[in-house]
Amino acid sequence: MVKTIIDGISSWLIPFIIVVSLICGIIKRVPVYETFIDGAKDGLKVSVNILPYLIAIIIAVSMLRASGAIELTQQAFGGVLKMFNIPVDVLPVMVVRSLSGSAVLGMFSDIANQFGPDSFVTKLTAIMVGSSETTFYVLAVYFGSVGIKKFRHAILAGILADAAGIIAAVAVANWLFL
Amino acid sequence: MNYIWFFIILISFAAAAYTGRIDETVNAIWKGAQTSIEIALYLAGIMAFWLGIMKIAQKAGLVDFIAKLVTPFARLLFPDLKKDNPAIGDIAMNFSANAFGLSNAATPIGIKAMEELQKVNKDKNSASNDMCTLLAMNTAGFQLVPATVIAVLAACGAKNPTEIVLPTLIVTSFTFVFAIVVVKILEKFSKPQIPSDIKEENDG
Repeated sequence: MVKTIIDGISSWLIPFIIVVSLICGIIKRVPVYETFIDGAKDGLKVSVNILPYLIAIIIAVSMLRASGAIELTQQAFGGVLKMFNIPVDVLPVMVVRSLSGSAVLGMFSDIANQFGPDSFVTKLTAIMVGSSETTFYVLAVYFGSVGIKKFRHAILAGILADAAGIIAAVAVANWLFL
Repeated sequence: MNYIWFFIILISFAAAAYTGRIDETVNAIWKGAQTSIEIALYLAGIMAFWLGIMKIAQKAGLVDFIAKLVTPFARLLFPDLKKDNPAIGDIAMNFSANAFGLSNAATPIGIKAMEELQKVNKDKNSASNDMCTLLAMNTAGFQLVPATVIAVLAACGAKNPTEIVLPTLIVTSFTFVFAIVVVKILEKFSKPQIPSDIKEENDG
């Protein structure tokens, strides 16, 4: 029952946003077609900018998997991870999530490609990546821009929130997708 | 990031030497290069579409509308700010632009809000409580639709790529609320700021 509702909202949120944007745009006399083209250009720029990062990370992680290093880690930490139902391949994602958005996207692409887009690992990683923000980058940019040197409790708050996000992602994925 | 990337590759070769899978590891380089271009191609199409729609949402005033809705909450979260401080409006806009995934628009507005907060900051070198709160709001990364993640899922041929939309929204909302609660709690335990003018007197 809850799952049906969640699936329904998931399916309808994007069409809803598209329709509302278009209708509001037409009412406000926004040239919707030209505006779309403008935004699409930005989107293409984002993709081109992100490409070198994707190449660097996807290659590195593919090598890590092919070399057997991930399986070796599984032998070492498998017990703990199994207790919480966290596949070992998600470990690098947890670490890099707070550091680099393009890198984590690369890792996610590698997982989706390797295990198939409908597997549990992929869905768990999707939630983890979709709800993340590059905490340390944000700290550096926002505080750096006004010359703040002492970050006080902002760092700890950021790290705790990241940890909470990871736990929540594992909990929600286990609840909905197992 | 430099060290992480370096170690991933180094560990790969070390593990390959241990497991004897050196050929597979080198082959993964060529395979990985191919995969990244394929994914980037799909990503480009979907990102272009989504940012196009988001640009319409922005021009149609939807981002401003959400910003207006959250302004009263922003006032609650930043009690140290005077009512007419422009930072409140900027903070609301920053949140709203982030929610729509418009990080190119959100970051300059957020930095503008930071500058306003810096003007009323007691010690220009250390972050005020309000600054930490604004930062917590941003590091929690609240977003309505994770467009890039959906793009990758679609690129890999997922049966239903939008399936993760609400689960992600649940997690991101929880993290957002958690971040604000934590930053407000930590603020009570954090060493209070020493106003710069007093500090200079002491130094002299």
